[in-house]
Amino acid sequence: MIRKLALSALAALTLGSAPALAAGEGGHVHDFAFSFEGPFGTYDRNQLQRGLQVYNEVCSACHGLSLVSFRALTDETGPALEPDVMRAFAAEHEVEDGEGGYRAAGMTDHFGHSTLENAPDLSLMAKARAGFHGPYGLGINQLIHGMGGAEYIASFLTGFTGEETEMAGALFYENSAFGGNVAMPPVLMEDLVEYSDGTPATEEQMAQDVAAFLMWAAEPRLPQRKMWGFIGVLFLGLLASLLYLTNKRLWAPVKDAAKHG
Amino acid sequence: MSGIPHDHYEPKTGIEKWLHRRLPIVGLVYDTLMIPTPKNLNWWWIWGIVLAFCLALQIVTGIVLVMHYTPHADMAFASVEHIMRDVNGGYMLRYLHANGASLFFFAVYIHIFRGLYYGSYKAPREVTWIIGMLIYLLMMATGFMGYVLPWGQMSFWGATVITGLFGAIPGIGEPIQQWLLGGPAVGNYTLNRFFSLHYLLPFVIAGLVILHIWAFHHTGNNNPSGVEVRRGSKEEAEKDTLPFWPYFVIKDLFALVLVLLVFWAIVAYMPNFLGHPDNYVMANPLSTPAHIVPEWYFLPFYAILRAFTADVWVVMFANWISFGIIDAKFFGVLAMFGAIAVMALTPWLDTSSVRSGRHRPMFKSFFWLLVVDFVVLMWAGAMPAEPPYSTISLIGAAYWFAYFLVILPLLGVLERPTTPPASIEADFKAKVKAKKSGVAPEQIPAE
Repeated sequence: MIRKLALSALAALTLGSAPALAAGEGGHVHDFAFSFEGPFGTYDRNQLQRGLQVYNEVCSACHGLSLVSFRALTDETGPALEPDVMRAFAAEHEVEDGEGGYRAAGMTDHFGHSTLENAPDLSLMAKARAGFHGPYGLGINQLIHGMGGAEYIASFLTGFTGEETEMAGALFYENSAFGGNVAMPPVLMEDLVEYSDGTPATEEQMAQDVAAFLMWAAEPRLPQRKMWGFIGVLFLGLLASLLYLTNKRLWAPVKDAAKHG
Repeated sequence: MSGIPHDHYEPKTGIEKWLHRRLPIVGLVYDTLMIPTPKNLNWWWIWGIVLAFCLALQIVTGIVLVMHYTPHADMAFASVEHIMRDVNGGYMLRYLHANGASLFFFAVYIHIFRGLYYGSYKAPREVTWIIGMLIYLLMMATGFMGYVLPWGQMSFWGATVITGLFGAIPGIGEPIQQWLLGGPAVGNYTLNRFFSLHYLLPFVIAGLVILHIWAFHHTGNNNPSGVEVRRGSKEEAEKDTLPFWPYFVIKDLFALVLVLLVFWAIVAYMPNFLGHPDNYVMANPLSTPAHIVPEWYFLPFYAILRAFTADVWVVMFANWISFGIIDAKFFGVLAMFGAIAVMALTPWLDTSSVRSGRHRPMFKSFFWLLVVDFVVLMWAGAMPAEPPYSTISLIGAAYWFAYFLVILPLLGVLERPTTPPASIEADFKAKVKAKKSGVAPEQIPAE
């Protein structure tokens, strides 16, 4: 009995003992369905382009994306902008020219830094907010439902309750995904942006699109990684089967001798 | 090399003889590969190979990562992201390395608990055990310093907390902490020395691994029955053993590939599951994370560290008897290092004359309770330091010490062990026959 208990505890160890906690403990996170979930999930190119638009027109007023380069926008598994579209997009942004002035950004430049001191950089936000899952900090939600930082971001953006509190002369806004008051005001409202592909810009749509875009920004190599995963598991599975048979055959005479000896 | 009688390498051709007279390296490799190995080793014996693979994996991926990493407080975080985005295959390299550390510790814990169950630490294998414990200590140091290198929030604050442990030593603690950090607080100088040591220590581990293998090749492997290989003659020894190549090489390879299958799936499909999300936020000395949690493989000992708060009576007693020198913080540090020290002393704490836990009915229950205790401590270590978790940690820590300091010494006197099999050959036969008839080998009376 104790042995069984220990073995199941050991099994739990492999699954559990995961990253407990982090921001927004106790908040409610909705399990949105994203195209990049599951072992074969990839990014939805159109969604990333819409998300880029939301980031560019709304988020970038305060937040930076300093680890992402403009040329990355042409990634075939990412937003897959045409190279000339990407160059034109980059040229709309300014970067320091190293001589005290500014110049138009080129393809190898990065998105800018946050302009507001307490607005965090969003480059890795989708991974930095991936640790809210329960229950009991075991990460079961992440494992079973594939819930990660993208879900948190979308829930956060749609999670403002409308309650405001004034503390020390500053306004704070209640957010159900965070599970408390935050300094960031609600920003999304219906038809805030106009999508060129005709998708209705509802609050939830924009939240999911920008969350997907930020997931790509944080983990651009996710589709390649999953492809390697599939190839590797297939190859190792085959190798394991062959080694199993080899091992069985190798030991057969030894075991036969022991059985009849 | 081995004390078990077996065939040795005989150079045949002229060039082999020429080389053998000058450097018997072929003979060394031959004797190492053909070492007589107990026939009856079960699947718990495969983790040594997994560990050797982990060390190689960490060194190889690590060396390539270093080619693209910048050890500077202002650039380290961005250089890791450069690896993740721009370096060909860099995302796999880094995830293999980060999760490789987890596999390394997972394997070492099973390896250690296997040794504890089957009494692999007992005479004449104490030195193998001690070297293994040294390897484990160096692994912890290496893992901890490696976690600091990406320079995320958890890197920074983890380094602050762990080096702070040394600061808790009365009197000399603060100078020691400063010496470890290279300055008054965690900074660029800390990152540089941790980087240097993180590169160095794996090679020290590799050296100790050679000693570890040498030691148990000299004494011969332990085995599930705990009975020694008969060494009267070569013929007798051959009834108990098989050469390592090919029998155990193929068996171990099969097991290794199965383990790697699971490992690869984790790396490719959930690479950040075992990490802490806060480490994707760049280190910020001005902002302390709400919960500072070490990597999962440190959690059991972290729980023991935090279990001994000022209101626990042993802590109050230690404080009183030491005229206040030992406070709760220092007591916690002593308990954490003590928890590893008692494990290292197991060969001298276990008084039983029977080696394998298989033949010790009372020991079995206490052992599996220790395994449960370890997992519970791991879970409690990840939880906030408040009731009920602090109480659970305290009970878990108490059992940990009780197992090594009280239960193991007493069991040797109180327990009536069952009779071990007459030989490894007999044990192997019983095992094979039991498997054919579908009865667990434990239930078959020893011959």
